[in-house]
This record gives sequence, C-alpha cells and structure tokens, in this order.
Amino acid sequence: MGYEPQADFGTPEVVSESMVTLTIDGRQVSVPAGTSVMRAAAECGGSIPKLCASDNIAAFGSCRLCLVEVEGRRGTPASCTTPAAQGMVVHTQTPRLQKLRKGVMELYISDHPLDCLTCSANNDCELQDQAAAVGLRDVRYGYEGANHLGLATDSSNPYFDFDPSKCIACSRCVRACDEVQGTFALTIEGKGFASKVSAGQATDDFLSSECVSCGACVQACPTATLQEKAVKEIGKPERSVITTCAYCGVGCTFRAEMRGEQLVRMVPWKDGKANRGHSCVKGRFAWGYANHQDRITSPMIRDSIEQPWREVSWEEALSFAATRLQSIKAEYGARALGGITSSRCTNEETFLVQKLVRAGFGTNNVDTCARVCHSPTGYGLKTTFGTSAGTQDFDSVEQSDVMLVIGANPTDAHPVFASRMKRRLRPQNGKPGAKLIVIDPRRIDLVRSPHIEAAYHLPLQPGTNVAVLTAMAHVIVTEGLADEAFIRERCDWDEYQDWARFVADERHSPEVLEAVTRVPAADLRAAARLYASGGPGWASAQRERPNSAIYYGLGVTEHSQGSSTVMAIANLAMATGNLGRPGVGVNPLRGQNNVQGACDMGSFPHELPGYRHISDGATRALFEADWGVELDPEPGLRIPNMLDAALDGSFRAIYIQGEDILQSDPNTHHVAAGLKAMDCVIVHDLFLNETANYAHVFLPGSTFLEKTGTFTNAERRIQMVRKVMEPANGYEDWQVTQALANAMGLQWHYTDAAQIMDEVARLTPSFAGVSHAALDKAGSLQWPVNSAAPDGSPIMHVDGFVRGKGKFVVTDYVPTDEKTGPRFPLLLTTGRILSHYNVGAQTRRTANTAWHSEDLLEIHPTDAENRGLKSGDWVRLASRTGETTLRAEVTTRVAPGVVYTTFHHPETQANVVTTEFSDWATNCPEYKVTAVQISPSNGPTVWQEDYAAQAAQSRRIATEAAE
Amino acid sequence: MDAANLAYMANQIARNFAVQGDEAAISATAQHFIDFWDPRMKAAIVASDCAALSPIARAAVKLLGTRHDQVN
Repeated sequence: MGYEPQADFGTPEVVSESMVTLTIDGRQVSVPAGTSVMRAAAECGGSIPKLCASDNIAAFGSCRLCLVEVEGRRGTPASCTTPAAQGMVVHTQTPRLQKLRKGVMELYISDHPLDCLTCSANNDCELQDQAAAVGLRDVRYGYEGANHLGLATDSSNPYFDFDPSKCIACSRCVRACDEVQGTFALTIEGKGFASKVSAGQATDDFLSSECVSCGACVQACPTATLQEKAVKEIGKPERSVITTCAYCGVGCTFRAEMRGEQLVRMVPWKDGKANRGHSCVKGRFAWGYANHQDRITSPMIRDSIEQPWREVSWEEALSFAATRLQSIKAEYGARALGGITSSRCTNEETFLVQKLVRAGFGTNNVDTCARVCHSPTGYGLKTTFGTSAGTQDFDSVEQSDVMLVIGANPTDAHPVFASRMKRRLRPQNGKPGAKLIVIDPRRIDLVRSPHIEAAYHLPLQPGTNVAVLTAMAHVIVTEGLADEAFIRERCDWDEYQDWARFVADERHSPEVLEAVTRVPAADLRAAARLYASGGPGWASAQRERPNSAIYYGLGVTEHSQGSSTVMAIANLAMATGNLGRPGVGVNPLRGQNNVQGACDMGSFPHELPGYRHISDGATRALFEADWGVELDPEPGLRIPNMLDAALDGSFRAIYIQGEDILQSDPNTHHVAAGLKAMDCVIVHDLFLNETANYAHVFLPGSTFLEKTGTFTNAERRIQMVRKVMEPANGYEDWQVTQALANAMGLQWHYTDAAQIMDEVARLTPSFAGVSHAALDKAGSLQWPVNSAAPDGSPIMHVDGFVRGKGKFVVTDYVPTDEKTGPRFPLLLTTGRILSHYNVGAQTRRTANTAWHSEDLLEIHPTDAENRGLKSGDWVRLASRTGETTLRAEVTTRVAPGVVYTTFHHPETQANVVTTEFSDWATNCPEYKVTAVQISPSNGPTVWQEDYAAQAAQSRRIATEAAE
Repeated sequence: MDAANLAYMANQIARNFAVQGDEAAISATAQHFIDFWDPRMKAAIVASDCAALSPIARAAVKLLGTRHDQVN
C-alpha cells in the first residue's frame, strides 16, 4: 500500500432501514435516510471542499466551505449539516459556490503562515488541499493586520506539538476529544477573533491538563497545528502497513506509516473493528522502545548467574541451551523441564513454544501469564458456558442499556474500549445514555467523569466479590426478577433451582452481608434491580427487559475466589437472560494483547490448543499423529508449581519467552529463589528483564513491528500483525523457537508464520477456517471460525450454550486467609495506570514516563493523617511477605483502610509485598488483597538498594578484552 | 513438593466445593486433582500423612490414591 490517508466521508455513517435516492452533480446515489449530502457526495466519488468536518465526529457546520446549492431551495446550505432527501438535486460546484468558497478560504489564509515548503504538514495538510481545491490565487487583505502568527508553540507533550499560529479554529480537535475520546480536555477559549484552542485551565499546557494524549486531536487536525513530533523530525511517510497493537487486550489495529524501515507514526485504522479508528497514548505513541539502547540484539550465555554475560553466535547459544536441556532431561527426566509462552507474542509463536515443550521436551509443563491474570476466566466460563472466552464483540456495547463494571478500570487499562463505553454512557442523538454500575474498592475514573456518572458505585471491601454478587443474586431471585423463561429454555433447571435456593437464603441478603462487604444494602438492592430489570421506570417500546452487560477485569480474577467470582458473574447473566444477543453478555477485559490467543493456543499445562484436556485420548492422538511423537497424558505444572518444584529439585530448566515473572509474579523472594535453584534458565526477550538476572541463556527477541503473525484480542478477534521492519536481532521469535527446537534435533521446517497457523487450523476445530489468507481477505475473524460459522462468531451462545445447557454453579463465599490485624491493618490492592503497561518493560523505555515516573501509593486522608503522611512523602509499605518503599499520594479515591499502587517500576517491586495466596481452582495469585501496614520512611529500603546492586551486577556484559 | 503448601491448596479446593455436600465435594475435589495437578503433586499428596487435611480433602486424596492409573 502506498501512502494515502484513509478516505474521509465527512460525516459519520448512518444506519437506517430506509434509503433515499438523490442526484449529486448529475450522479444518482442511494444512501440511508439521515445521511448528510456531504457523505452522499463522497460515497458517489465526489469530494466537497471541507475543513471542519470529519467522519468520526458529528457535523458542526462552522467552516462554511462545504456549501452546496440544492434545486428548489434557497441559499447555499452547508452539505455537512444538510440531510440527503429523496429526489434532491444537488450541485456542488457553481460560479456562486466557487466565489463564496474562495472568499472564505481567503480569510483563513490571511491569518495563516505561508511557510508551506518548510511546514511539517507540507503535502499532508487539508488547508493546503482545500486552498488548491477552491482555486485560491491571492489574498487581497494582505498580511499586515491583526493576526495569530506570533503565538508560541506548546511543546510540553512528549509526542506532539501544539502550534496555535497555524490553527484555523475548526474545533475538530475539541470535538474529537469530546466525542471520540470522551475526555473533554480541550475547549475553544475566547470568542470571535480571540478564539483559541486551549487544553485544561488557562494556566495549563497540554501536559499539565487532563489530556490523556490519546492523539485523537492530532489525527483530527487538518493543519500542522497539532502534529506528531516524529513527523516534524522525519518527514511525511511514504507507505503504510496495517498491523495490530501489542499493548492491551483491546487489540487496536493501526496503519504503521513508514519511511523506509523507519516508523514515522501509528495512525488508528478506521476499518479496525476493535478500535474503529481510535487509539490510546500507548498504541499510538509509545513504540520507541523498539529502538531503545537497552535492546539486546546478540545472544548471550553464561555458566552461572554470578558471571557476566558473554555475547556469542546464535549457533553457540542454541547449542549451549540444547545441550543443557538434554543433559537435564537425561538425568532428571522430561518433567524436570518446562516453558512459559508469551501473551505478548503471536499465536504462531505461542503455539510453537507449547509444541516445543510438549513434543520436544516431552512434558506438559507449559504455562503462560494468563496464570496470573485470567486463568479463573478460563475455569469459570468453561464450567458454566462451556468455553473459555468473552461472549460478545466490542460493538455489542452500543446496544447495552445497563453496564455493570466489576474489578476493571477500563479508562486506564483498556482505554480505547473505555472510550466506546463512555460514548454509550453519554446521551447521544436523543437516545438516553446507558446506566452504569461500578463495583470496585476504588473510585475509578468511570464512576464520575465529564458527562458520565455511575448510577451506583459499590465500594466493596477487597476480597468480597463473591459476597456482593451473591447478594445481588439474592435480590434478583427473591424479588422475582429472574428471567425464568430464558432459564427453562437454555439452562439446567434443576441446577438453577439449587442455586436459587442457596442465594435466596436470608444469610445472603444484602443487609446481612453488608457487615462483610461494607456495601450499603440499599445501594446493592437498587443496583441489582437496575441490572436485572432496568430499575424503576424501565420502559422501552422494544424490550421488556434492558440489555445488561457485565464487563470485568483482574479485580475479579486475582483473588482466592477468582474462579468462583467468574462463575457468580455467569450465574447473574444466565439468571437474567443476558446472553446470546447483542448488548448483553459476560465480557472479560483481557489484559495482554494476546492473552486470549495464548490461552487458545494451548498454553495451559492441562490443555491442548482449543481448550481440550490433555487426558482426552482422541485429541492427543490427533496431535501425536501430526507431530509424530507420543504426548504425556498427565497435566503439567503451573507457574507457581514450577517454582515450588524447583525448590525441591524436581524442576530444573525453563524456557521463558517474553515474560518477566520475577517482576510480575507474586512474592518476588520466592520467585527469585525458584529461579536461582534451576540449572538452566533461558530468557527470550527484548531486554535484560528482571527474570534475566537469573538466566544462563539470553535469546534476543523481536518486537511486533518486526514479525508476521496474529494476535487474538479480548473479543476473540484474530487480527494480522505484519512486519514493517527487519528484526534488529535478525530473527522473528518463532524462528528462534524453531532454531532451539532444531538444536534439540526436532527437524522443524516452517518457512513462514502462515504455515504455523495452517497447522493450528488443521488441529483445532474452532480455528478450522483461519489462515493468513482468510484474515487478509476478511480483515479480522472472531473464533469459532468453521464450517458452521465461516465468517466467525461475533456473539457466542446465540441458540444455546457451547456446553449444551448453561450450568448454574453454587458459589459459596469463602473469606480469604489474608487477613488484616493489628500489625497489618490496611488492605493493599494493585492495578495499572494509563501511560504504562504491566511491568513497564516497554513503556518505561518511552517518553510515557512523563506522566508516571514512579509507582505511588494511594492512601485515604484519614489513614495518612493518622500516620503523619502527606503526598510526596516516602512510605514504607510492609506485609507479612516483605516490604518496600515508595512515595505517598493522599486521595479520597481509595476508601479508608484501603491503599493502592501500580506495579510498573522494578525499583518499587510491589510484588515483594504481595502474598502467595491464590485462586483455589487455578492458582491465579491474589494480587488484589494484601494486608499491609504503612509508616513514614526516609527512602528506599536496604532490600531495594541491594536489589538494584544485584541487578546491575547481574546485567554485566563482558567486553571482548575480558575474555 | 512442599507438603504444607499442597495441603493448603487441597483444603482450599475442598472448602470451595463443600457447599455441594460431602459426597459431591469429595468427588469434585478428587477430579480437580486429576485434571489440574501434575503427577508429582498428586503423588506427594497421596504419600503425605494427610494430618493437615480437612475431612473432604482427606477423603478426596484417598479417592485419588485408589486411582492408581492417574498417579504415575
């Protein structure tokens, strides 16, 4: 694809059953009723001059450039705000229009610098294009009068500049911030000639304002006023490649706009069905880590972790690794070996790592980071519905009437989907906004943000999710709000009755459970009614009940009852008939870009690809025949079990692709001890991450920009990742895994990633119709893709559950064993912030540190005052497991008794404090509940200083001379 | 494998199934070991003295022990 911006139809697409036919410049065109004349013209190949219109924001009618003449109507209406009508005859170019447009353009240009040749938007500027389109040849007014040409540039944002001297006050940036992103950070300050785009308050610049740097304004700007610094520096792109973002589970697709092998900018792809042309600060801007100086591009080995690294050839590194693995296998057996697949890597790469472990190492000791995030989703949804994935596509949110968000913070962790949620939560085009229920110990941004306010925020005590959901079920059942017709038709009626009896018991009423959950019973009852029946006054001509959708995140899964909570959520959705159609469902917001895919590809130790248990002989036979090996029928070790087994000497070697377990997994000391006990730790990554401090072999990895394959997002959508530049390390990650397999004598011969996907499709019924060619054609596909659903499955369980009848599971509230007491009176819960991603390996190596340079501890003012703490003070944070030090931020966002921090920075190592309590069914760690004490401190703990010293020691790379 | 940790995990599983009634909980707990525990974990808990186990967990481990084919 060459470089051309995507077509802009001027105004948003309208969905309507009725069509109208009109004539534009002699061409007949039929469009859905309500479509603007501007869009109709664009759809039949025309291009009416415009400046303030763009098809992702509502028509505004301010630039007066898009005027048209309509036969039988007076005047020259703006085509962006004029709806097409049946039989209308439109002329877009007449002498009168030409004169008017030229006059308008003349005024714009009289207050615009004429430095086009040296302007960063040269040849990529709508103002320039429109000046050409209207035939502007001179400006009669001269340039001497009052103007805005001397205004200073605001360069405070690390990724884009705001140069008001080039602004034409079209308001596209302001409207994109409002309508697309939903942050409302921008405004037009002043009136008339003094009108000026302003971020935040008068004293703010872009960085200090509420701007979240999503870049929607930059994308919307028709001039060089808001533009990427990278474009300014490098120049205009020459080609673009469609690819998929490698940050969160939303799976935004982008046009990677390139000049040679240099990435100039990422622009959200308007046809991407996950993001619909929007992005966040990470996906659009935070890709600089790919060329960061810390990137390791040569393989390295060392005999012991006390030694410095030695750079060696690929051949030597692979042979060193293979020899160690084989000798450990010979001495201790196959079950002493294992691997961790990466939720950051492609499906193809993940599939190969689990294949290497199962078929090459000869064991099922393979796991993935889903262990520490959504493994309870796998267990819970498989048990209740029969398959381990969210039930909806993202578009479904547009048809929701009620959203219940539990244990998720979408505006920080899934920002692009959050923007879509916020759009639905705001009233729009006369349609009332959806109602919102938030169940979270923290007052997350969604609870109250511009034009959005949750109907109910239930600030529960961390660790009481099951109690809250059971109390909601109690209200639904005892107040007769269950959808019994749905249940009788779709679910096991006897199991429902058992469940209904259980939840209806008085001990599960909101009033009784209030003592445990700390959620006011009246609010909980009202929230349950809202979810089940739309609350008092629900009336819709279309539906007896509202479309209610549940969205959840790691605040649900990362608990000792994570799996129970997932099942309790499924119970609620089934009991209210909220499954199997658009607008409803159970929607896990998956964390990593490809954590859904990693799970699908057989990364769990008990499951082959497609969620088929390893003990299932027929499935095993299928793989054995294809791979030509015998597979172990026993489930393997999960990550925490691997670490335990390492300490008793029965697990001795691990191949870790793209995962930093030392920083991301709970109880850092235990993880470190486990890694240290192993004879061979192979880390395959971009950087010398924290885990690599304990590694013997380092295999350099490649970024998503350097490889071809697929990612699967939270809505089961499989999307292409396309290579835009050669891997800095020389190989795509699947090639490295193949080389390691071949060093062990496996004789794999994949020549491209498409062949790996063909193997997945051949062996996995839900992927039967997936191939790179099919994805190129369709853009994306949501699994299952098979003969029954050749175009994929946006909504699951439409005519019945995958498992047959939906299964109600009684979930008994079992309090966690992590208890507060006199020594540890507060509860710590952890989470993410918008500008960083997980352990921060990528984002800390970008300018995103401008927003968040260290982890902070949020403390309620009451708890802070008791301890004499104020914002900015060093605080010692101690639990039964360990202690660390970080700075305080005093805020009412958290309830008294609860403190909160992020885990993005290795200097803090929040996981030194977290415990090893875990979900009963899956061992997913209980990150969300740790009993802690806080006290004033002078600075980092001795442990933090020692750790930093040890890490530096461990990262030494021998120079040539030292060898 | 650390016996205390395995016993803790077994008790936790049993406690979450307990609401189904003893018989169902014992069978579900045993099945959970079979489906999700690696052979060395199963072997270790079967070989343990079970002193730290709750009655349901203990019965489930006993049931697991009788299924020799599942523990190799």
